[in-house]
Amino acid sequence: MSGTVAEYAPRIEALAHKLGLDYHPVDFELVPTTFMMEVAVYGLPVRMPHWSFGVRYIHELIRRSMGHSRIFEVMFPGDPCRAYLVSTNTLAENTLVTAHVLGHADFARNNQLFARFEQMAGTHIVEHAAAQAHRIEEAVGEFGQQRVEAVLDAALALEPHVDVNMELHRPDYPTEPKPPTEQKADDDPFRGRFKGLPGEKDAPGISKEHRRAPIPSAPEYDLLWFIAHYAPELEDWERDIFLAVREESFYFYPVFACHIMNEGWASYWHARLLREADFLPESLYLDAVKAHSDVVRPFAAEQQATLTVNPYHLGFSMWEHIVEEQGIEQARRICREEDDFGFVRNYLDRDLAKKLGLFVYEARSGGEIQITGRNIDAVREAILAPKFNYGAPRIAVSELRHDGTLVLVHDHASDGRGLDLNRASRVLDYLHGVWRRPVILHTVDARGEPHELQKQ
Amino acid sequence: MSEDFLTPNAQPQSRFFAAVSWYDLFSRGARDWLRHNEKVREAVKQRVREFITGPDVLSRAQGGTVLVPVRLLEHARFRLRDPESEAGAGQGAGEPGQVLRPAQPQTGEDEGERRGGTAEGEVKFVLELKVDDFLDWLWEEMKLPELKPKQSPAAEDDDLVREGWDKRGARSRLDRRRTVKEAVKRRAIQEHPVPFTDDDLRFRQLVRRPKPATNAAVIFALDVSGSMGETERQLAKMFFFFALQGIRRQYPKVETAFVAHTVNAWEFSEEDFFRTSGTGGTASSSAFNLAFELLQSRYDPARYNSYVFYASDGENSSEDHEPASAALRRLAPELNYLGYVELRSSHGISLQTEMGGILTELQHDHPTIGVRQVASQEDVWVALREFFQQQAEAA
Repeated sequence: MSGTVAEYAPRIEALAHKLGLDYHPVDFELVPTTFMMEVAVYGLPVRMPHWSFGVRYIHELIRRSMGHSRIFEVMFPGDPCRAYLVSTNTLAENTLVTAHVLGHADFARNNQLFARFEQMAGTHIVEHAAAQAHRIEEAVGEFGQQRVEAVLDAALALEPHVDVNMELHRPDYPTEPKPPTEQKADDDPFRGRFKGLPGEKDAPGISKEHRRAPIPSAPEYDLLWFIAHYAPELEDWERDIFLAVREESFYFYPVFACHIMNEGWASYWHARLLREADFLPESLYLDAVKAHSDVVRPFAAEQQATLTVNPYHLGFSMWEHIVEEQGIEQARRICREEDDFGFVRNYLDRDLAKKLGLFVYEARSGGEIQITGRNIDAVREAILAPKFNYGAPRIAVSELRHDGTLVLVHDHASDGRGLDLNRASRVLDYLHGVWRRPVILHTVDARGEPHELQKQ
Repeated sequence: MSEDFLTPNAQPQSRFFAAVSWYDLFSRGARDWLRHNEKVREAVKQRVREFITGPDVLSRAQGGTVLVPVRLLEHARFRLRDPESEAGAGQGAGEPGQVLRPAQPQTGEDEGERRGGTAEGEVKFVLELKVDDFLDWLWEEMKLPELKPKQSPAAEDDDLVREGWDKRGARSRLDRRRTVKEAVKRRAIQEHPVPFTDDDLRFRQLVRRPKPATNAAVIFALDVSGSMGETERQLAKMFFFFALQGIRRQYPKVETAFVAHTVNAWEFSEEDFFRTSGTGGTASSSAFNLAFELLQSRYDPARYNSYVFYASDGENSSEDHEPASAALRRLAPELNYLGYVELRSSHGISLQTEMGGILTELQHDHPTIGVRQVASQEDVWVALREFFQQQAEAA
């Protein structure tokens, strides 16, 4: 059966090429479901070991055994891209998925966010991650499970706390402040005369301590980078782990930030490619279309409404709408330039939202859920809300004190409320384990009063 | 675009690979899951006392294992606190103001999945732990010393142990492996070897060696007069249970006896622990005398390491002062250790009770007597630790 997918694939690819898809070649691999599940859980084919992945794995196993989740494909951008298909899925499903993956590959090559990352990190991140995982396993052998795990606990807990607007490879802060102005002092006629006054000593030299630029010079949101570069007692192998987690986090960001666009684009193309693939047998096409409608649907047939918007459905509908109204060239431009924020805000218009029946709801802590409205701006923001700041609270390094104390500040004003103090405290415990000096975090409590967490 | 210029009309060449065969054999997810479970065990280990003093783990102990319900560990990340109300986007039919789901009564934590991201922390599973492991951790955590068997030459058993081989012996002790080895050696140097000869046979030999007595007798004496309530008995039982576990760790064969007393003493079975009661006054001498008799008749001091643990609220009739003191003086030298726990509803300033007085006085002459007041479960651990340390030092 697998051979047959491989037979159709070149013809689908030829068609894709004719229709203008432009992508790095894809290495497809047919794998068992168990392996597929792991790839989905770890986010990479080979990734560092950590117990938290074990927990996710069990959750995924449970979900799968209850029939709630089915994974069709996982695709990793790169050159070549890598895609995994489930070997036990039907021919129709895998044919559909092959076309879908080509859509992803086209998106990943053309979208500016993906392109920017590829330019910073190269095209072999999958191999890179596998090498990192291998190094970490060696570190376990050398330094023991406990120590390596302590570092991974901290680094993985901070996974989304990177600053994707900065470079992946960032230099340290400049150690000297801007050229001191005092050199010009003698040129200043007033100062010259002042110094000339009898009994006036030379102004005491400004100590080196004072001359040093404050670290960080502005609130630093890239916690992984900051810790890797400024932790007072971090060993090299520990730093490598932080940088490895950070690199992977950068790699995941475009996928995260373009989820709706990307899945929609791939769905648009698998639908179109299959529609135009006249070489496919009728029955296979019908089965594939059925698989398509199972994936790209807002909610299960027996439901009236859903409290989550299916990104496949939303993205697919939006792209169909855009291509229909503005043509494929315009769609390609949007695909290159936007991420989900721009995509949803600029191209989810009132008509489409109405057609899709999108609404905003409010869930109260008592469990009551109520539709609050269908205002287009509110709908857009509600869809995008979970995506801000990589889906994590905004926490920045505000100060590195002379005694090595790390001061973190939670920007509760922009997040709207304070942190979950219990979890925050545990993250600080992880963090304190690698920072090895006092760590302080400022946030607000339930009443909105300032609250300080401290680890000595 | 420059790329198009470099590779004009390049057809991407995608490739298909079949699954690598080892994918089925190796699961990273399972590996990390096992590591998670290991961490849970460590967490249980660190909080082993909570688990034991909490729900009655011991009564659920079956087949040498205990089942401990635990939560999945959560790898913490920074998260905003749960909001009073949360907005989200949905899709489907419905008018603004329409209630999609009515408020739900607060369900218990066991009610499985709850809304939102907390669901991950809610899955529970049951970890099966060996009772022995559990107790090992407890001992480690409490830093309890191992008990020492009696050193006296009287408390020795003869034991037959294997030692060496010989060409003659009982058939049942034929060592086949050695015999074959001998045959192989012989055949290697002979020109026309036969498979086996009588000379190849090797038999294991036994010799007699003296061995320290490894039997222990533990007598639990309990004051069951009216002043001993349910709480006191719970504490007494908990103390007895762990004292017994501690002794079991050291001796392969442990025999127990339960003695209750009011004015008179009698033996009872463990099942009746909470039911046995009596009325009238309190004369502890009866219990000590009965314990002495039991030791003499059933547990020969030459062969047994004997322990007596006595739990009481400390009250004893004043007429019994001398008899009790005398009975204890007679009993104490026969024992490896005598532990006295005084059960009180609140901490007293010092041992001012009748029993406390008698035993504290005796402690001067007999370092193997321990006295401790117990008012809570926490005190039970303190008492156990003291008793075991004292016993190890005294031995």
